[in-house]
Amino acid sequence: MSPDRLIYMANQIGKYFSSQHRQDPVAGIANHLKKFWDPSMRRTIAAYADQGGAGLDPLVLQAVRTLSVTHL
Amino acid sequence: MTLIQEIDYGTPASKAEKNVTLTIDGVAVTVPEGTSLMRAAVDAGIQVPKLCATDSVNAFGSCRLCLVEIEGRNGTPASCTTPVAEGIKVLTQTERLKQIRRGVMELYISDHPLDCLTCAANGDCELQDMAGAVGLREVRYGFDGDNHLKAAKDESNPYFTFDPSKCIVCSRCVRACEEVQGTFALTIDGRGFDSKVSAGMDEDFIGSECVSCGACVQACPTATLIEKSVIEIGQPEHSVITTCAYCGVGCSFKAEMRGTEVVRMVPYKDGKANHGHSCVKGRFAWGYTTHRDRILNPMVREKISDPWREVSWDEAIAYVASEFKRIQAKYGRNAVGGITSSRCTNEETYLIQKLIRAGFGNNNVDTCARVCHSPTGYGLKETFGTSAGTQDFDSVTEADVVLIIGANPTDAHPVFASQMKKRLRSGARLIVVDPRRIDMVRMPHVEASYHLQLTPGTNVALLTALAHVIVTEGLADEAFVRERCDWDEFQDWAAFVAEQHHSPEATATITGVPAETVRAAARLYATGGNSAIYYGLGVTEHSQGTTTVMAMANLAMATGNIGRRGVGVNPLRGQNNVQGACDMGSFPHEFTGYRHISDDATRTMFEAFWNVPLDPEPGLRIPNMLDAAVDGSFKAIYIEGEDIAQSDPDTQHVVAGLENMECVVVQDLFLNETANFAHVFLPGSTFLEKDGTFTNAERRIGRVRKVMPSRSGMADWEITMAISNAMGFPMQYNHPSEIMDEIAHLTPTFAGVSYDSLDALGSVQWPCNDAAPTGTPIMHIDHFVRGKGHFVLTEYVATDERTGPRFPLLLTTGRILSHYNVGAQTRRTGNVAWHPEDLLEIHPHDAEQRGVREGDWVRLQSRSGGTSLRAKITERVAPGVVYTTFHHPETQANVVTTEFSDWATNCPEYKVTAVQVSPSNGPTEWQSHYQELSEHNRHIAEAAE
Repeated sequence: MSPDRLIYMANQIGKYFSSQHRQDPVAGIANHLKKFWDPSMRRTIAAYADQGGAGLDPLVLQAVRTLSVTHL
Repeated sequence: MTLIQEIDYGTPASKAEKNVTLTIDGVAVTVPEGTSLMRAAVDAGIQVPKLCATDSVNAFGSCRLCLVEIEGRNGTPASCTTPVAEGIKVLTQTERLKQIRRGVMELYISDHPLDCLTCAANGDCELQDMAGAVGLREVRYGFDGDNHLKAAKDESNPYFTFDPSKCIVCSRCVRACEEVQGTFALTIDGRGFDSKVSAGMDEDFIGSECVSCGACVQACPTATLIEKSVIEIGQPEHSVITTCAYCGVGCSFKAEMRGTEVVRMVPYKDGKANHGHSCVKGRFAWGYTTHRDRILNPMVREKISDPWREVSWDEAIAYVASEFKRIQAKYGRNAVGGITSSRCTNEETYLIQKLIRAGFGNNNVDTCARVCHSPTGYGLKETFGTSAGTQDFDSVTEADVVLIIGANPTDAHPVFASQMKKRLRSGARLIVVDPRRIDMVRMPHVEASYHLQLTPGTNVALLTALAHVIVTEGLADEAFVRERCDWDEFQDWAAFVAEQHHSPEATATITGVPAETVRAAARLYATGGNSAIYYGLGVTEHSQGTTTVMAMANLAMATGNIGRRGVGVNPLRGQNNVQGACDMGSFPHEFTGYRHISDDATRTMFEAFWNVPLDPEPGLRIPNMLDAAVDGSFKAIYIEGEDIAQSDPDTQHVVAGLENMECVVVQDLFLNETANFAHVFLPGSTFLEKDGTFTNAERRIGRVRKVMPSRSGMADWEITMAISNAMGFPMQYNHPSEIMDEIAHLTPTFAGVSYDSLDALGSVQWPCNDAAPTGTPIMHIDHFVRGKGHFVLTEYVATDERTGPRFPLLLTTGRILSHYNVGAQTRRTGNVAWHPEDLLEIHPHDAEQRGVREGDWVRLQSRSGGTSLRAKITERVAPGVVYTTFHHPETQANVVTTEFSDWATNCPEYKVTAVQVSPSNGPTEWQSHYQELSEHNRHIAEAAE
């Protein structure tokens, strides 16, 4: 699946969790991706993050990197 | 089987708690205070003759047939308008009453055609019955004087006729239109002998404001207003109770039959969602079930450019199984998936997700709720703990303030709209939040106190501004919040919404709604008594759809408007079984009852029962499947009851995905738009041909009962079962009731549901289990399902779909009363009389700027694509906003909508598309090309001799 679309979707998710004061946004983003994204989508975005993750918002990039270690 | 005859009590029931005992014809009867003598008589087993009374409308006292005598009182009062009183003695049959009634009937019949034997109502005519009941034997006046016997018939409505020669001017139709439907389209025109029923301003029915709900037809005691189907076929001889297959109201109907032919659909008085009312779709628009376009034989083709080849069921099923197995062997287990539909029964949906999870071995299953109410599931589960609305429909009768946001109930949920309008006419206040001036904003005897006509895409900013007012003006219900919600979270939320940039003054530039209007609406919602929120796809189909759902939940919790009658947060579900499709585990990440597939205990239970290991990872959603298909990793799909090529956004992307697959299986009634790209077509059955259940927007599970044989020879559940068996995952059910038993066994909220319990209760609202054996009309009464109510911070994030010089207008899409979803059903009925094509609503200012006149062809262009349709100039839309429907494939409105979607659920952002509108000469090149392709791809090869 195209990384561009996944980057856009991940950043959308990031914007929501970044606005929640009482939650760790990185954990929130990672948890959302794990609960709702198919593994192939997670693999694609993780691979993209491993190559630098240009275009991913900083918190999203952190979350994806966490994910790539723990949830694939 | 017999014809179900419901008792007509003559007048509505009294809700008084105090009882009164009286005697009628020597029979003692005890009834609630305020009950009419007529109704009390029925309770005592006594029928008082009547014509102008029926229990769906208030007493009128005009026909003078129901007169009675009361011991110790003068005169002969009408029993319909006279309330009971303690200890009175009533006589319904005396010589004096007999003579009066016979005289009255003689006058009625003196101006009524004596054609009973050839009249369509013969055998179902109250006038005929009353003539018999009062012993009318002659009409002394003759028929030579002035009369109405030659009055012209109005046959303009596609479904019923109006024959004024048979009218007795009892006003039942007029009152039904007012009191039951709330449209006020009918009146009695003229006085005395000239009195006549008139639609609109003395127009024909089709040209009037009549919405063709049929309440007048149902109320008519003669053949004056009668269904054309009854005229054509004759009177029914048996009936079957079933559930409508149109919108999420889920009306109960009596399918009145003659053999296996439907004579008419009559809304069932005991139906708890509709109480004997209906709309034009449910009552009349069932002709598609026998339409000549129905495909009744399975068909297969290797390439979508080939003509269809009719095959046997065995060959079709074997082909599907072999193709799916081949594709999985070649491209991997996850290269296939399926889509269920809200048009399927619960049992069918359950089987499809079971086939995919257990038979295909992945979780690539999704449902069309993805593109409508998936944000409801996420948002209400997060805040309250369960993915469903909080109330039953009847709860609205106790609402003091109704807040409608992003919903158009008179078009999309008309029967519930009638109930809502009734409450509004009796004093409840109304707030409408909608970019369009929907009918509820101002219509006969209903007017919104506030219409917050916001810019599309700004719901979150507006709702947070409402919250700002509630918090900063001290209008929150602190006691409720302290007891029922997480207090710390509330304080965080309160501080957040109190920030100045959330004030109505600051957000007015975003929403376009004046600050004072927002403040007034917030005060009314917070302090007006019981406040209830009703919402639709104008909430969910946005990039912040889920956030908006949670913002509404915040408002309800902060003001204590949750957990009792008259309040709540209520999604108005678009299609008939959106709730059920979601309940049945058809989302890729969860099993039945909204349990995540990663939950080991739940998954282990399903694995043990199904005897197969299950994938603990979520599968692909519909848009993900299409993206993957375009990219080449998703190769086959099984679609039951859904037409994604017409209903899903960005049509060209959908088509590209479908064209890239190697096996597309469509199970449907007609060769729909998706079938243009299919390799296998499996003919499905209509709701009249199947057993099962639907679950409506109030979580009410109702039975769908088969009234005629399946026309294609296999029920939909049998097709899914056959595919599963051919794929190597055995399924064996003998009847859908066995599927429901399995659902109940595996789903705690359905534990008490069975076909036996539904037969006994009529219908039931889940949760239905040992804790709530007769169901749960109102949720979250003492505590939220999740424990403490969860406040969520709702920061407004503007959609990336922006207007600019190239696309300066915002398009929002929706539906219309006479059509249902993609229109595949309703376009094949008489409903096309009201809406033969999709139109573009455009404000006069925007039209004038572009040189567009009423009815002109215009090109509607976005960055995704363009289509042409005719313009309708109207101030229902604000300047800068245009609107259209998606009911007609010739228009393909979704070729214009974009790939933007909700952040949490990927629900498409149908409601915000930046567009340009310009004069056009007719269909676009794309439309012409699509039309050619569609005609070619629908070709069915001649059967070999």
